[in-house]
Amino acid sequence: MDGISLLTITVLAVFVGFEVVSKVSSTLHTPLMSGANAIHGIILVGAIIVAGQAADPWVLAVALLAVVLATANLVGGFVVTDRMLHMFHARKEVGTKAAAGKVGGK
Amino acid sequence: MTILDPVWSSLLYLAAAVCFILALRGLSSPRTARRGNLIGALGALIAVVAVFLSSRLENIPWILAAIAVGAAVAAPVARRVKMTQMPQLVALFNGVGGGAAALVALLELSHADDPWVRLAIVFTLLVGAVSFAGSGVTFAKLQELMTTRPVVFPGLPAVMTAVLIAAVAAGVAVILTGSSALAVLLLVLGLAAGVLLVLPVGGADVPIVISLLNAFTGLAVAASGLVLGNVLLVVAGTLVGASGTILTRAMAAAMGRSVAGILFGAFRGGSTAGSTAVSERPVRSSSAEDVAVLLGYAQRVIIVPGYGLAVAQGQHTAAELALALEARGIEVDFAIHPVAGRMPGHMNVLLAEANVPYESLKEMGEINPEFKTADVALVVGANDVVNPAAKTSSGSPIYGMPILEVADARQVVFLKRSMRPGFAGIENDLLYQPQTSLLFGDAKDSLAQVLGAVKTL
Repeated sequence: MDGISLLTITVLAVFVGFEVVSKVSSTLHTPLMSGANAIHGIILVGAIIVAGQAADPWVLAVALLAVVLATANLVGGFVVTDRMLHMFHARKEVGTKAAAGKVGGK
Repeated sequence: MTILDPVWSSLLYLAAAVCFILALRGLSSPRTARRGNLIGALGALIAVVAVFLSSRLENIPWILAAIAVGAAVAAPVARRVKMTQMPQLVALFNGVGGGAAALVALLELSHADDPWVRLAIVFTLLVGAVSFAGSGVTFAKLQELMTTRPVVFPGLPAVMTAVLIAAVAAGVAVILTGSSALAVLLLVLGLAAGVLLVLPVGGADVPIVISLLNAFTGLAVAASGLVLGNVLLVVAGTLVGASGTILTRAMAAAMGRSVAGILFGAFRGGSTAGSTAVSERPVRSSSAEDVAVLLGYAQRVIIVPGYGLAVAQGQHTAAELALALEARGIEVDFAIHPVAGRMPGHMNVLLAEANVPYESLKEMGEINPEFKTADVALVVGANDVVNPAAKTSSGSPIYGMPILEVADARQVVFLKRSMRPGFAGIENDLLYQPQTSLLFGDAKDSLAQVLGAVKTL
């Protein structure tokens, strides 16, 4: 892809990024950070391409190290974000549980 | 092998980019956030499948093995980490991402003849290395593998300046010559700069550094996308860069300080030193039973949790207390200051883990007008974020920091370990006001005693 197209996409992505992220609830800033963290783990794609083109064993070794690091970033980031978001729950569930407990179920 | 036409792989990358945008958009509400994150993971999966199907790749068994190793190391850690250790984990994952980007750039140098591409490589190398080393030091500080105090030595600013000048020189040389040896030198200089950047930052300012390094890694990944001509990396990296930038600014604003002041404050000498002097002024100290009576016969209670609560592992007890009060028909909310905890939004996660419903977690702007209607504000393990000196005394180090207006509540109860001032080392006048009472002790023990007393009312 030519330089100008990439530049265009970069600039538009900056605006999309600011637009989307400024709407994130401050309650969720920690999951935002770990989620964004997971997203930059997509450098894995770059690491795979470099590793797949490596002819020299040293180059391959360094590229595979990059693949390991990027995978750790990507997989770990999504798993831990999911775990965190799983804990956020609405009052309703608690309310019905507590109410059910009090009156011994409906 | 190439199974997919390049057009198809481009479309798959586009789909993955859309998934990432939807993942971030999902975070606008706790209701949609988890689904959003799963969509993001799906996007990552699509992208990885696309690269295997569309590029002519050698060494596929090796690559698959490396992916298996990375996943096998990271997934169990991510599944087991304690929520209080979340900042360390985020720093760690952030660092390895930055490191991966730097390595990719290093290896791409031999294919790059265009000076613009080499410029992107230099940028990725430097910023990725800073992020890797900086995150490593941040991890060590948070995990308390090293001191959490600012580390400053004479000549630090001069060393930092020298490293940066050398890095710029090496960067220019790499662009002109394309030399791999110089690129390795640049990598080493970037690592040194990352260490020097984070060393002088004090414990309580670490959240800002985490979000800043998060932005750095995002930018490094975006630049590596320019190197590889890969649109997905450009979009994903830019999104992360934007999120890190916004969070960094939000955190700095919540502390009433500038980002530069936080990063370089220690260079200019101990602004975050903090006094440990104990005041002799009289305070009204209270018993757990008295506090229980205050809470139990109130109509509206606002709990203000600080990091002291998390340190004492008292968030579950606080949640139980809130439930016990709600069972008595009392309206209970948690007022969360943006810098409560060790990273942005950390306190929300800790309370969510303790089963506090997210509707009860109120952010500062939302809860501040409501303190006037509160009978009791219960401050647990927080001090500076409720200190009126931030509004009234212009000479105070925390002057200008937005605070939670607990002074507006009819009664204020502080659960405190001692009369020692908070991190900023400033006395809190609120402690000596007639509407204030104090219950001394470990936050968790005090909460448990109050909870016990509330149950017997």
